[in-house]
Amino acid sequence: MTLASLTKPWAPMSYGFLDASAKRELRRKMVKAVCVPGCQMPYASREVPMARGWGTGGLQVSLTLINPQTCVKVIDQGADDSVNAASIRRFLSRVSGAPVTLDTLQADLIQSRHRIPEEILREDQVLVLQVPNPEPLRSVQPNMSIARQMHGDADYGRMWLQLYEQIVRSGRVMQGASYPSMVNGRHVMTPSPIPRWDVPKLHMAKHLTILSAGREKRIFAVPPYCRVEPLVFDDVPYRVEDHAGLTCSRSGAKGFFMNEVPQDDGTSAFELSDSEYGVKSIRRAEGDPVDLGDTWYTNGELTK
Amino acid sequence: MTLTLDAPRIVTVDPLLELHGVNKSYGPVVALRNVHATVFPGEVLGIVGESGSGKSTLLRMMNLEETPDSGSYTLDLPDVDGNLFELDRFARRMLCATRIGIVYQNPHLGLLMKHSSSGNVAERLLVAGERRFAVLREKATDALAASEFPLERLDAPPIELSGGMQQRVQLAKAIALEPALLLLDEPTTGLDVSVQALVLDTLKRLQQDRKITMVIVSHDLGVIRTLADRVMVMRRGEVVEAGLADQIFQDPQHAYTQQLVHAKL
Repeated sequence: MTLASLTKPWAPMSYGFLDASAKRELRRKMVKAVCVPGCQMPYASREVPMARGWGTGGLQVSLTLINPQTCVKVIDQGADDSVNAASIRRFLSRVSGAPVTLDTLQADLIQSRHRIPEEILREDQVLVLQVPNPEPLRSVQPNMSIARQMHGDADYGRMWLQLYEQIVRSGRVMQGASYPSMVNGRHVMTPSPIPRWDVPKLHMAKHLTILSAGREKRIFAVPPYCRVEPLVFDDVPYRVEDHAGLTCSRSGAKGFFMNEVPQDDGTSAFELSDSEYGVKSIRRAEGDPVDLGDTWYTNGELTK
Repeated sequence: MTLTLDAPRIVTVDPLLELHGVNKSYGPVVALRNVHATVFPGEVLGIVGESGSGKSTLLRMMNLEETPDSGSYTLDLPDVDGNLFELDRFARRMLCATRIGIVYQNPHLGLLMKHSSSGNVAERLLVAGERRFAVLREKATDALAASEFPLERLDAPPIELSGGMQQRVQLAKAIALEPALLLLDEPTTGLDVSVQALVLDTLKRLQQDRKITMVIVSHDLGVIRTLADRVMVMRRGEVVEAGLADQIFQDPQHAYTQQLVHAKL
C-alpha cells in the first residue's frame, strides 16, 4: 500500500471551488443559523475570486449548497442580466457544472442581492441573500461587544429609538432598505438591503433563506415557516413602498416593485424590478406558453 | 390658653437605600473602604469630598454600574429584594432602567449626542417596553417640561445645546420613568454660576413637587448646602463624617470637614 493509493488524485481545485474544510465550516454554521433563527453566527469566511463586498458571503453559501443537479439563479437588484449577477452565475456554473436559469420557478438555489423574486418560492427552494452589514444594532450601538450583549439580552429598545428619530425628523419611517425585523420573536436581524416591499415575503415563507456577510463573517437564517416581523410602533403601522398603483411600461404588469426610469421630458416611467418576471409577462402577452407563478403580491396587495 | 403638643413620635420609616460594608479597590488603589450609607425615602443625601475620595465610585455602585469587592446593597422597593450586587446583568439593567435615574457630570456619558433630545428621553421609556409612538412623544415632552427644558428645542440633538440644556435633558431622561432613586453626579460642575443656579432651582423644585429620593455627589459645598438634607463627607475612600446638613456645616467635628467648610467660607 502506498501513500498515493490512500489519497485522492491531485486536482487543480476541489468541487465547487471551496475546499472540503471550508464547506464543512459553512455547513456547520448554516445548521447553527437555522437552529437559532435570526441569530448571527460567526464563521471563517474564505477568499473567493471576487472582492469583499460584492457578494462573497452569498457566494460561499451557494458554493457550499451547490451540486451538479442544482439549478442556479442569481439576482442583482432584481435583475438577472447585470454584470455582477451574470458573472456570479457563470462562475457558479463553471466550478460546479450546475445548470443555470433565469426563471424563478425552475431554480433550486437563488442567490440574490437586494431583492426577493416576485413569484412565491417553494419549500424545495433556497434563497441566499448577500448582506453587506449584518448588525442591525450598529447604528444605535457602535460598540460591537455591547451590541452582542444586547442581542443576548434581547435589549432592542434602541431599535425603536431609530424609528422614533425618523418619525420626528421626517414625519414617517424613512428606513427604506434593511428594515430591522424580529425573527421568531427573539432576534432582530437586518434582512439585507431588500426594500420594505420584500420584508413581508419572509414572514412564514415556505422557503429557507440564508443570509451571509462575507466581509463581516456572519451567517444567519430564516427557516421555513418562521415569523419575521418588521419592528413598528403599536400606533404607526408598517408600510411598504407605494408601488401598488404603478404599471410597468414594458410589460404592462401592475402592482409590483418597480424601478423608476427617468425620461427625457422630466417625467419617469417604471419597469418591473424583477426583470425575469417582466420578461415572462411580456412573452405571455405575446402568446408564448410561459409559466407565471403565483406572486406574493396581487394588484399591489399582499396575498398571504 | 393651653398649648397642646403632639406626643413625641418615633420615626419608624425604613431606609430606601442601604449600603453595607462596601469595599472596592482598583489594584493597589483603595477606592472605598468599609462604606455604610442609608438614604430615607424623600430625602436628599449629599456626598462631599475631594477628587479621588471615592464618591463617584460610590455613586456608580448605587447605579449598579460597578460591583464592589465585598458589601451589600438593598433597595426597599416592592418586588426588589436581596443584595442587588448579586443580580445578573439582565435584572440589573431592568432595575436601573425603571427604578434608578442618573445624571452624569459629563453629558456625553448619559446622552446619545446625535439623536434628538426627546429621543434621548424616549429611549428610557423604550427600554422599559413602551411601544406606542404617541405615548412616547407625550411622556418625553412632559419629562422635558418638568425639567424646564425649552420645548421649542424638543427635537434638537444635545450636541447643539448648551451645557445647562444638556443637563436638563439628562435630568428629564432620569425622571421620565418616575424613578424611586435619582442619582446626581456633579450635575452642575462645568456650568457657569448663573446656569448652575437655574439647574439647582429646577432640582429643588422637582424634589419638592415629586418627593424624589436623591443622592447628590459634589465637591461644591454650595450645591450640597442648597439641596441636601443629610451630608456624608468622604476622604480617601472612607466616610469621615455624616450627619444633618446644618450640623455638618455649622459644627464640623472631623478635622478634614472643618478644613473643607472653612475653605468654602
